Amino acid sequence: MPSTQDWINDPLAVVEEMFAASQNNSNSGWETKAVEFFQDQLKERDTHTLVPSLNDVPLHYLKPNSLVKFRCLIQDMFDPEFYMGVYETVDPSTKTKVRMLRCGKYKDVTECGVDFNSRNTVTAERQTFYCVPIPGENPWVKEISSSCLTEARVVPSTSYAPSRQKRSYEEDDDMDTQPQKQREPHAGMKIPSEHHGNGDCKRQETEAPSSQTASASHLDLNFPLPGEKGPSCLVKVYEDWDRFKLNDTLEVYGILSVSPALSALADEKDASSSLLDPAESMETAEEQRVHSPPASLVPRLHMLHAKPLPHNNPLLPSAALEDNSAFLSSTLSEMASVREEILSYFTHVLLGDALAAEYLILHLISNVYSRRDVLPLGKFTLNLSGCPTVASYTERFYQIIQQLVPSSHYLAMSLQNMNQMRLVPKKDYVANRLVSGALQLARNTSLFLDETQLEQGQLDTTGVRNVTALGNLISWQKVDYDFNYHQMEFPCNINVLIASEGRSLLPSDCQIHLQPQVAPSHLEESLSSIHMHPQASSQLNKFRIYLSMARLLDYSISDEVTKSVEDDFVDMRKDDPQSISAEDLHRMLVVARLLSLSLGQTSLSRDSWLRAKHIEMLRRSRMEQHKCVNGNEP
Amino acid sequence: MSSPTSTPGGRKRGRNTNPPTPSSEDPTSPPSQRRRGQDSSTGDLMPMPTSPATDMLSPAAPQDTSLFSSPRPSVQPNEVDMSSPLMYGTPMRGTPARQRPDLGSVRKAPQVDLHSEPPSTDGAVASEPNAGQRLVIWGTDVNVGTCKEKFQRFLQRFTDPNSTEDENAGLDLNEPLYMQKLEEISVVGDPVLNVNCRHVQSFDAELYRQLICYPQEVIPTFDMAVNELFFERFPDSILEYQIQVRPYNALKTRNMRSLNPEDIDQLITISGMVIRTSQLIPEMQEGFFQCQVCAYSTRVEVDRGRIAEPAVCRNCNNTHSLALVHNRSVFSDKQMIKVQESPEDMPAGQTPHTTVVYAHNDLVDKVQPGDRVNITGIYRAVPMRVNPRQNNVKSVYKTHIDAIHFRKTDEKRLHGLDEEAEQKLFTEDRVQTLKELAAKPDVYERLSSALAPSIYEHEDIKKGILLQLFGGTRKDFSQTGRGNFRAEVNILLCGDPGTSKSQLLQYVYNLVPRGQYTSGKGSSAVGLTAYVMKDPETRQLVLQTGALVLSDNGICCIDEFDKMSDNTRSVLHEVMEQQTLSIAKAGIICQLNARTAVLAAANPVESQWNPKKTTIENIQLPHTLLSRFDLIFLMLDPQDEAYDRRLAHHLVSLYYQSEEQMEEEFLDMAVLKDYIAYARTYISPRLSEEASQALIEAYVDMRKIGSGRGMVSAYPRQLESLIRLAEAHAKVRFSEKVESIDVEEAKRLHREALKQSATDPRTGFVDISILTTGMSATARKRKEEVAQALKKLIQAKGKTPAMKYQQLLDDLRGQSETAITKELFDEALRALADEDYLTVTGKTVRLLA
Repeated sequence: MPSTQDWINDPLAVVEEMFAASQNNSNSGWETKAVEFFQDQLKERDTHTLVPSLNDVPLHYLKPNSLVKFRCLIQDMFDPEFYMGVYETVDPSTKTKVRMLRCGKYKDVTECGVDFNSRNTVTAERQTFYCVPIPGENPWVKEISSSCLTEARVVPSTSYAPSRQKRSYEEDDDMDTQPQKQREPHAGMKIPSEHHGNGDCKRQETEAPSSQTASASHLDLNFPLPGEKGPSCLVKVYEDWDRFKLNDTLEVYGILSVSPALSALADEKDASSSLLDPAESMETAEEQRVHSPPASLVPRLHMLHAKPLPHNNPLLPSAALEDNSAFLSSTLSEMASVREEILSYFTHVLLGDALAAEYLILHLISNVYSRRDVLPLGKFTLNLSGCPTVASYTERFYQIIQQLVPSSHYLAMSLQNMNQMRLVPKKDYVANRLVSGALQLARNTSLFLDETQLEQGQLDTTGVRNVTALGNLISWQKVDYDFNYHQMEFPCNINVLIASEGRSLLPSDCQIHLQPQVAPSHLEESLSSIHMHPQASSQLNKFRIYLSMARLLDYSISDEVTKSVEDDFVDMRKDDPQSISAEDLHRMLVVARLLSLSLGQTSLSRDSWLRAKHIEMLRRSRMEQHKCVNGNEP
Repeated sequence: MSSPTSTPGGRKRGRNTNPPTPSSEDPTSPPSQRRRGQDSSTGDLMPMPTSPATDMLSPAAPQDTSLFSSPRPSVQPNEVDMSSPLMYGTPMRGTPARQRPDLGSVRKAPQVDLHSEPPSTDGAVASEPNAGQRLVIWGTDVNVGTCKEKFQRFLQRFTDPNSTEDENAGLDLNEPLYMQKLEEISVVGDPVLNVNCRHVQSFDAELYRQLICYPQEVIPTFDMAVNELFFERFPDSILEYQIQVRPYNALKTRNMRSLNPEDIDQLITISGMVIRTSQLIPEMQEGFFQCQVCAYSTRVEVDRGRIAEPAVCRNCNNTHSLALVHNRSVFSDKQMIKVQESPEDMPAGQTPHTTVVYAHNDLVDKVQPGDRVNITGIYRAVPMRVNPRQNNVKSVYKTHIDAIHFRKTDEKRLHGLDEEAEQKLFTEDRVQTLKELAAKPDVYERLSSALAPSIYEHEDIKKGILLQLFGGTRKDFSQTGRGNFRAEVNILLCGDPGTSKSQLLQYVYNLVPRGQYTSGKGSSAVGLTAYVMKDPETRQLVLQTGALVLSDNGICCIDEFDKMSDNTRSVLHEVMEQQTLSIAKAGIICQLNARTAVLAAANPVESQWNPKKTTIENIQLPHTLLSRFDLIFLMLDPQDEAYDRRLAHHLVSLYYQSEEQMEEEFLDMAVLKDYIAYARTYISPRLSEEASQALIEAYVDMRKIGSGRGMVSAYPRQLESLIRLAEAHAKVRFSEKVESIDVEEAKRLHREALKQSATDPRTGFVDISILTTGMSATARKRKEEVAQALKKLIQAKGKTPAMKYQQLLDDLRGQSETAITKELFDEALRALADEDYLTVTGKTVRLLA
């Protein structure tokens, strides 16, 4: 059994050992065994915190061919590729035919002297995903998750400082070649390749610190949101890739590969190579750049294990809640009290409007939990109308939300933005990739649409398309990706909050008009005072846990409550059929669900239903009132 | 082994078919020979590690190992290789063979070419006849002789009496199919024989297996066979080059997603959509070298993209004196085509895969981006070299398909041929489950309840939409000059806002493969029909089709139908009855097929349905358009307690039932999809005698109802609707015959729809004329009465040639018992004016006498 350091620092050795052991009996199934080994290792308590994370540690501090993890979103799926799963090498320098069976799995480049005609070659298939860090991940998430990993980060940063990288590369090389019995004949062959490797290492070393900034200029890393930073990664998947879907959020554990030989740009310099291989010259330069970018910018990650992330809140245990009953029960008991605190905080933020604060909580914990044919259930898009336009209230408001939810994005719906931004991802057939757009977001991302920024003017074609896309997103929770010849629909799960002055031009599930409890004369003053309440970080963390937790809870309705809800509905219709439609009942059921969850109750009680009815009534009467004042017919 | 032009060179001296004799001792050939000897055990084709033709690794060919026990395996390929080009050349009478880069002869070239050159050919002539029959092509189990014989037998004997393919139109189905095609070739002179692999399979499964596993060897053998046969039959015909066999429809038709390493070097058929085509790439097949010293020339075959430049002139023995002469080298056309999975056969939540396809020679430029194609070809994998000077290889293969045959799947639409034969593959199991489902007595109810289960009740509307999904039987009377009869059922939903009309539309749009969803507000006439635009790259005018054309053979869902501009709506007139779209724009005049069923949703003008008004008044749509809808449904909010309770229960359960529970209750959407696709493809019911009688009766009854009250209550259009609905209902039952139960249901549904939409709010009677003429019969009657009253009033006034308009109105109002609106008064005046009784000029009314 290899020690911890071994399987983290040199996972390939583990794989190769298993491969070698399997050579004696053919049906050993070493591949599943290898995967299981890593999974078992990672299952052990806290071992996963030892694995350095690509999100937090700069690439040049990481040891090549070591095990790393990456918290990411699948932005694009490339075509599957065939690779040499097992191949045989012949030493060309000696004619003695020293044959070696090699394993090509989890590697990008083969050893020297591949015998293409060997009958032992096994061609296998793997899939490549283009992964980016979770878009819109808020700074506090990054901070906390990297602080969890202090240990892991310290280790590589001290022992794998850039100055030592060259060394480690060599060591690594040695390790790979060690199993070969005949090292002498290799010497002649090895020198040039080693030389080559060293040269690249040096270059990498000097360039690495600036690589992040340099990358943006000539290589578009295709982040969904503008201004995002972070490493993107080509993840090679070996087992059942069908279970992954576009826009899934994963924590990938895999072997980092940054071999300089992967860089397509090196090929470009050497024009003769493309001449000689007609197959390669068929790819456009763009396609090459996208599909084989320099490994120093876009490292390859050979997946050993992937964990789908139900959320990306580092304060919550990443395992399913059922497995963590202690955590569950402790937070559940606190939920009601935390709710009071957060309600009063939101009331303060929303200028003393307690009802709006109540709805804001409901909105923030909403989640599409199921779909019935085309109908998404559980979405709760909130339109907060009547937002003051002074003192950049909406921006401040967003900053507060940003502090509370793991990932969010602020989209100012200014005319310029709507007309120019690319919201919907589009397939670029020249480069053969999916060019991302701002609506390619991970599940449960909070999208804050600031309609107060909208001014009069004309929307052009892009603008109309963008507004339609937003409308589709809100009403069907789907985004139609543009594949040029056709559109393809991708379901999503995004919490949309629209801040507007009047009723929003976009559809919404629920509209509430803000009623500031402060006199207009004091408005400005109280607006600026909002920020004067710096929350203690422990309190903030409580809120963060609360919001993420409430979303993850299970929920059910008992038969008795069902009955009483039905009775209520029938009664309400009896009095005035116009007063409540099927749509209203839909909304009330969602409100009741979210209200129960926000109180930490996993099933609907009669009280919660009545309370939901009550706040809906309050909201509606406020809307009526507002309609009368405004005369603004919806 | 369709070797390049050098093959027939021994027979006839053609343009470039004159390889100089010394080339057999050419310095270029020994290396390849040497390699062969050295690597004999592992094959000589570097770039294809799993090629069944070259090594034994292919899992598909384990049985071949026995053949390998031969101590001198390297001899075998030589002999066969030598033999095949020879045979290939034999019966041609001077018709040159054309190289087939699609079969990979480019890469195999050295192997073939070496032995096809005259000296070695001579040697083979002797060895061939005795050795040939027992030998198999090296690395395969294909015996050239047997294979040829089998294929010739196939060509001579195969008949397909039940063929429905459009290629076979005009052929005698009881005669051997391919012999007729050969005859066609002799007449037309297009030397390409397309062979349906499924025919081969049904004729000889073993031959088919060989074709699939070793296309590179078997197809040239087929070529030989067909040419022998052809020139035997038609010795006098002159072809440009020898006939090439192009197999298609390999049974391994598969999704791009399911391609895996086992398919390498096999014959596959995949479907997809062309997304990009490259420019034409001239690929050198043969380099022509000339010695700068003595002008001696030599040719060198391209081997895997490389030309081994001869270092020494064989004539004058000068070194490095040979130079490449481009103009005399032989090139072939090549094009790279990128194909993407069709959106229909993709799993949800994944992005489509793409595959590179190389088209060669005359297949170049056969397809355009946007075309849906079925491609038959050989799947290839080539390793990528990181650096040519290093032996370091990226452990990844590049894959592509060498195309042998293209078949455009949407080609038929252009030709207007019947597309019912659209290829949708159903597995045996699936068909069985579908048939079982169809046999259930309540299949109709089951299917309709499976439709949009999240939408509550509206059973009849769902049934209507279900019938729309199935559609009627398409009848073609174009031979008698009456054109096509519409088979599609059009449905209009109108009703209060918030009654999940949009949801129904969304559901249907998601259900059908060729559905389009537009909103009336957002779409212009061009967006619906077609528009001409300038291609930014080529500057050519191209026709871009809109939603209606795109949903040909599908359903076009139009939301907010009432918000559409009149201009836009007017294009629907043609589409909804004639099922075509005529375009005359920017010099492009054409008629496109738009056999689409329209599912539209409209909101009432006053945002709330006014039960006191007729449908037309409520939605303000022209009656000419309304009468084109077979069924018009009202989706109203019924207000009664029992309904409310059921609705509440339905909604609440929607929110707490788990996914599995719902699945149990309702049919899977995928099953429904397949059911519909199957019925649409394979079932075309015809009216039975009994059903026609029932239809006639129904129609007569409908007419009768109205005639009692002096109005027309049914038009032939209604009869057509009934027929369509009855046919669709028969399709639901998978029945080839329309029976009286179908007619009953059609009648019921039609009546229900009419009851909702054509009830005259004033009388409470169902009145079809509301929909057909825009006005109920009672309203017309009332108009006449007012006109008569007015006439009487004027006559009573005596001889007054001119009257004030306002005064007349007041007088009439005073006299009448019922309220007279201004509109009604105007109508009455107009009616009288039509009788030439009076004229209205401005505010005065003059009598004409």
